[in-house]
Amino acid sequence: MTTPTLTSFAADEAPTLRYPQGGEGLPWGCPAGGLMKSLLFSLLIALNTSVWAGEAAPVGEDPAIEQRMVKLAEELRCLVCQNESLAGSHAELAEDLRKEIRVQMKAGKNDKEVIEYLTTRYGDFVLYRPPFKPLTYILWLGPLLFLGLGGGIWYVTLQKRRALKDTPVDEKQLDEASKLLAAQLLDEKR
Amino acid sequence: MKRWLPLIIFAVLVGFFAKGLFLNPREVPSPFIGKAAPAFTLPMVGQADKTFSPADMKGKVWLLNVWAPWCVSCRQEHGVLMALAQSQPVPIVGLNWKDKAREAEQLLAQAGSPYLAVPDDLSGKTGIDYGVTGTPETYVIDKAGIVRMKHVGPIDEKVWKEKFEPKLKELN
Repeated sequence: MTTPTLTSFAADEAPTLRYPQGGEGLPWGCPAGGLMKSLLFSLLIALNTSVWAGEAAPVGEDPAIEQRMVKLAEELRCLVCQNESLAGSHAELAEDLRKEIRVQMKAGKNDKEVIEYLTTRYGDFVLYRPPFKPLTYILWLGPLLFLGLGGGIWYVTLQKRRALKDTPVDEKQLDEASKLLAAQLLDEKR
Repeated sequence: MKRWLPLIIFAVLVGFFAKGLFLNPREVPSPFIGKAAPAFTLPMVGQADKTFSPADMKGKVWLLNVWAPWCVSCRQEHGVLMALAQSQPVPIVGLNWKDKAREAEQLLAQAGSPYLAVPDDLSGKTGIDYGVTGTPETYVIDKAGIVRMKHVGPIDEKVWKEKFEPKLKELN
């Protein structure tokens, strides 16, 4: 991590490219190591889950609150690195928000209140699990709708096929048909 | 018709994906639009004995520009803001966000300040109260102190003409 140094705004000077939190390579202060690190840590998770919690956020004074915070933060999106959870992100904003969650939990706020604090500021976007409300009905019920649609099509197709099978065969017609076929075959042979 | 159905479904899906591909994932709708701008009282950069509060701007349409000396895109935006400060269509307040290196005062003295006031949000808490995810972000706040618009990313001439000007005209 490099500490930002002062460069001037002057137009004739090419601005030095610096990212907010020393993350080089990714915009918006997403620490570049984040992705590789999380891949590595997903591997470690398989071996030992506690490693994850330890890396994501340094354990505060109160392990109970820390556990609650990490559990909650895993359900929340980091606003800077949008594909990382608030628990796993190394962005500074994520650190600040984790700190804020910790403070609020210490003050006795329950998970619902903490989530409300975040959604009033960042909207439902911060939740990985979107709430069930009129705007998200199609999101939650869409799969059921398609399942029903597919089931309907499947049923109708089956019915059609069964109807086809159930048509009684006219013995006389069948007899005539085989006679015709036999005559045709004989014709061809000649 | 039946023959073309798979192709039609495919085309509709491609349409959705193409649209999604060109959306900007940073354009997260702000929950503050239509709501009162969160109150705060912060010391001002360069005038530590004075404080700024959004209540000071009551009766005016104004911009709250969240910026930081460490922010690259803010430098890009600085020129546009300077030009705006010259023609003065709207007062701009620059929230100095998480300036831990304490560079803002020197930087503004050197490059010029487009801001009417520069509240100093060292902890970043005020920014969080406004739902800031990165700098620069700009809020349009109306005469009654209601947030009317949020723009994520630097303001350039195109954005100013297409997004800000019509909004300001509507509010003034």
